[in-house]
Amino acid sequence: MQHASEACQLIGLGRSYGRGASAHRALDGIDLSIRANEFFTLLGPSGCGKTTLLRLIAGFDQPTSGQISIFGEDVAGLPPEDRPVNTVFQHYALFPHLTVAQNVGFALRMLGSPQSEIAASVARMVALVGLEGMEHRRPDQLSGGQKQRVALARALAPGPKILLLDEPLSALDAKLRQRMRSELKALQRETGITFVFVTHDQDEALAMSDRIAVMQGGRVQQLGRPDEIYEAPANRFVADFIGGANLIPARIGSQGAEAEGLGVIPATGEPGAAVTLVIRPERLAILPATQKAKDDLGPLTVVERIYMGNELSFRLEGAAVPLHVTLPRGGLRGALDFSPGDRVALRPEAGAIRVLAS
Amino acid sequence: MKLHRLLLAPSLGTILIFMALPISLTTLYSVLSPAQYGGVIWQPSAEAYVRLLFERDIFDDTLTFNADYLQILGRSVVQAGLATILCLLIGLPTAWFIATRPAGKKSLWLMLVTVPYWVNLLVRTIALLLILRDEGPVNGALQSLGLTDGPLSLAYNNFAIGLGLVSSFLPFMILPLYAAIERFDFSLLEAAYDLHASRWQAVWSVILPILRPGLIAGGLLVFIPGIGSYLAPDILGGGKTLMLGNLIGMQFQGSRNWPFGAALSTVLMTVTLVALILVARRAAREEA
Ligand SMILES: Nc1ncnc2c1ncn2[C@@H]1O[C@H](COP(=O)(O)OP(=O)(O)OP(=O)(O)O)[C@@H](O)[C@H]1O
Ligand SMILES: [Mg+2]
Repeated sequence: MQHASEACQLIGLGRSYGRGASAHRALDGIDLSIRANEFFTLLGPSGCGKTTLLRLIAGFDQPTSGQISIFGEDVAGLPPEDRPVNTVFQHYALFPHLTVAQNVGFALRMLGSPQSEIAASVARMVALVGLEGMEHRRPDQLSGGQKQRVALARALAPGPKILLLDEPLSALDAKLRQRMRSELKALQRETGITFVFVTHDQDEALAMSDRIAVMQGGRVQQLGRPDEIYEAPANRFVADFIGGANLIPARIGSQGAEAEGLGVIPATGEPGAAVTLVIRPERLAILPATQKAKDDLGPLTVVERIYMGNELSFRLEGAAVPLHVTLPRGGLRGALDFSPGDRVALRPEAGAIRVLAS
Repeated sequence: MKLHRLLLAPSLGTILIFMALPISLTTLYSVLSPAQYGGVIWQPSAEAYVRLLFERDIFDDTLTFNADYLQILGRSVVQAGLATILCLLIGLPTAWFIATRPAGKKSLWLMLVTVPYWVNLLVRTIALLLILRDEGPVNGALQSLGLTDGPLSLAYNNFAIGLGLVSSFLPFMILPLYAAIERFDFSLLEAAYDLHASRWQAVWSVILPILRPGLIAGGLLVFIPGIGSYLAPDILGGGKTLMLGNLIGMQFQGSRNWPFGAALSTVLMTVTLVALILVARRAAREEA
């Protein structure tokens, strides 16, 4: 059953804390197949079980149910030091008493490699992450970004088959985070190592991943490529968590889904069934209510105009829930601006509205 | 600025009265001549220091080398050193255990460590003697179990002194180690395992180096009072095996040779100070 292209397979993986009625399922039946050479991201809100899952793969913690195999080998009972897996910790966990070079060479020293080999590997790794000249500094003499690179070099030095990264960018400032995104992605491509990357930042996940598993409440809500996750969210949670979406309650009527204050949207389904319409804020055009065509939505009232530099966003009322519309700044041609109180209509792009059973 | 200095006044005053003054007096007395019934005569003399190493013939004043006092100094260092190592071996696992208990339980365990120290040191030392002596419960138990024929001589020897030192100073090892382990970032241990360290490698390469300041603090807190300890050798050694503290005490009581006692104290202080400086230097060098 196992494919050589599978780096890590999780079958029915569960981890509960506590016993009996008060037991808390941090992970609840995770089935995932992580492919070799893949940049795989676990994305989810705080407390959804991301770190718990990484700790199970790394071997710091044991599952209460299910099975983990790494490159086809069941790793149950295998201690962390014997797994072909290394970790970049959320807060780096650099050894404070060792220099950059000693930190990076730590794993090979533990494995008993000869001095010359350790030195060569350290030089290679330090160059790979661009820390030349800092070999003799201690962690407390490094900036956040530099520490992050040391943690990366240290974890890559023993040549893991899988690299686990627990929110490695969350402690960095926005600008550095941007740069490290591209660097990490490039590093993954160069080394060909399977990355399992944990984040709660959807932009990060969308920008870097080959595939994303969106997690919530200890379960995988959706697994797919970034575009699949974004364009075709499997449920309300994913739609809302990734990119933010207008989630509009509606009911299937004779001509389609009828949504309060918006009109009828083409949709098929069991007549009378309650559904949720999912519309991304940037896939709606906004126009004066006087220009409303038959298939447009509305009319609605502008209640807030939010200027955000590269984009302009409006909050509209008149439907069952407040709606958000976002326009790219460049797309604004004078006449298209609105202020609170204006009556407007919305024109969705073709295929922009997804109908989810609710 | 002025006010800041005022804040230091109480501690500076205390140091001046209770440390600087006695130390200066001790050093001064060590280079004066002994009066017949204790006290000193204000007459400079290096005799006390000469006596440390040489024996002066009463008739022709010739000096012959005498290692007796050096031996006592050496024995004190060895006894204190052994006690320090023992305290370390007992204290480290204990401190680790306490520091890794759930938050609410730690203070209870710490209090248990200090319970024996609510009893006066003299009483505790005598109690230990009662336990160890030939008619004591340990020997009683051993004999009634038929493990030994006669009583083992557990009291009045170096073993008893060592035991006394360990039981007196163990908390001084446990408490700083506890503080160090408490601050220890346990994700470093996971990082070590993740990077292929075995249990022992993790202990040697990560835990011990990071706990070093605590180990040094605990070591000094046991070694320094240990080397000059008075009660344990006096009571548990039965006065047979002297340590430096007893020798010094004797000079101010029976022998009434204050300058010699002062000289011994000065030597003890110097040894301690040199040891401290060496430790501090090494620590500073390894920091850099
Ligand atoms: N040792 C533990 N005992 C009890 N519950 C725990 C323990 N560790 C984690 N949990 C619970 O398991 C759930 C998942 O925790 P986990 O650390 O995996 O979350 P996470 O997704 O990594 O969150 P974050 O993004 O905040 O790091 C949480 O609800 C947490 O409270
Ligand atoms: Mg986490």
